[in-house]
Amino acid sequence: MIRIGTGAGFSSDRLTPAVDLARDAALDWLVFETIGERTLAFAHRDRRLDPASGFNPRLDARLRAVLPHCRVNGTRIITNMGVANVAAAGQCALRLARELVGDDFTIALVYGDDVTSVLPPDTPLEDLDGAVVGDLRANLIGANAYLGIDAILPAIDTGADLIITGRVADPSLFLAPAVSHFGWLLKDWPLLGKGTLAGHLMECGMQVTGGYFADPGFKDVSHLADCGYPIAELDDQGDVTITKLEGTGGVVNVRTVKEQLLYEVHDPSAYLTPDVTADFSNVLIREMGHDRVRVSNASGCERPDKLKVTVGLDGGYLGEAEISYAGAGAAGRARLAREVLKELLDRMPDCAGRCRLDLIGVDAVHGSARLVPPEIEEVLTDVRLRVAVRSTDQVLIDAVLWEIEALLCCGPAGGGGFRSRTTPSVVTHSALIDRGLVQTRVEVLRA
Amino acid sequence: MSRRVPLRELAHARAGDKANISNVSVWAYAPGDYPLIKQQLSADRVKQAYPDLIRGPVERYELDQLHGLNFVLRDALEGGVNSSLGLDGHGKSWSFLILALEIEVPDS
Repeated sequence: MIRIGTGAGFSSDRLTPAVDLARDAALDWLVFETIGERTLAFAHRDRRLDPASGFNPRLDARLRAVLPHCRVNGTRIITNMGVANVAAAGQCALRLARELVGDDFTIALVYGDDVTSVLPPDTPLEDLDGAVVGDLRANLIGANAYLGIDAILPAIDTGADLIITGRVADPSLFLAPAVSHFGWLLKDWPLLGKGTLAGHLMECGMQVTGGYFADPGFKDVSHLADCGYPIAELDDQGDVTITKLEGTGGVVNVRTVKEQLLYEVHDPSAYLTPDVTADFSNVLIREMGHDRVRVSNASGCERPDKLKVTVGLDGGYLGEAEISYAGAGAAGRARLAREVLKELLDRMPDCAGRCRLDLIGVDAVHGSARLVPPEIEEVLTDVRLRVAVRSTDQVLIDAVLWEIEALLCCGPAGGGGFRSRTTPSVVTHSALIDRGLVQTRVEVLRA
Repeated sequence: MSRRVPLRELAHARAGDKANISNVSVWAYAPGDYPLIKQQLSADRVKQAYPDLIRGPVERYELDQLHGLNFVLRDALEGGVNSSLGLDGHGKSWSFLILALEIEVPDS
């Protein structure tokens, strides 16, 4: 059996429960998964502005908190906190290791996911009809291939205490330790499919232990504030039990596992990773006791020929501004503010199609898809007008945001609580790359 | 006789996103309600309920042994999390759009 815990399921995930796992869970491996489509593109941008950045900004805090416990318990760490700058992340980790655990600490860095310079210009972009990578060169921020276990396994073989990667497929972070531990063959597709399911269930952290789940009165979760991260117990047949530390909040039951089973999955019989085409369509889920759920019967067939690539592009800037209307007739006043604003923005050149005007509390998130009935809207006492604009032209964005601020004195009665911000924007697209163009390698650092 | 109840009373759901594609999995609380949900919650029905939001085709996958359905909603995130001007660019709350649809339940 191998015990693997998740210490983060996204870039800003909570830290304290990860320390609990490192200290108390007797783990073989602790995994920090921190990359999303957005975080990767932003990390490329950060690195361009400062060559020492571009990795997960929480790497220092996370490793500082768990390294001493992992050292005591013999728990090895694997993480993609290298994001767009694995080398700099490695140096940061090396300094920490020297400070906290002294010598005899090894770090393995996995390189090769950054394919910005080798992605052929004639590569089609999957989600842009007819467009190829070359069309977008001017705005290209970075391109990263999703690496798989074949890139990670050599790092595990070095015996490193800590493995840092950039973009790898999330389930591969969990599958690689299992393959190494059990000696599974790289072409044993059904086993790799099972291990991939375990990784998929674990990769989003608390989403399988009660996070992203509670719906009071329908799906109640106890002590959500102290929700525990998940632990996977994998056996040599690839079947897995998902559990969590006793005494932590949250819940592991058939429902939490079902929801995570298909999270970000399209065809359940063909979940594509660099390692395998995993088949979740016949999975069985069974509660084995308090907060223990057994998942079995996944399978798999041959891995895809090509690797998926995320291509990040400069998207200019996103400007957002909000103003509140509260008390009697709030929605009516907010609606009037929106009409006034729309009239003014329509007069601005180049503004059409770049702006969106929402009433938070009425139609912001689901838009027109689900309208608040008029009799409900009438009694709302807390409505916030929001404007969003995306453009490469900061002057235009500033002009739009100025008009919202002006509503304080020029708009309907009682408008207050104006806030605005402008943030850099990135756009991402997907492409495929031949495996032969992606050269991976491992660098070892010793404290 | 029958009554119409919001799907939220019969099932739970979770939304996920990849680029401009949203997927919502729907799971019957009680196995006995699954056939009703499967029969009434077609891909077409989901697509037609939210034509402005779900601009592309809808596919449905069935996991009968787990009493669950998976809806894949294409071109349903206003360009995706990095392009959308909306507040919920991931469509994290799209699960509750599906749970708002009504299911006709025979009186027992």
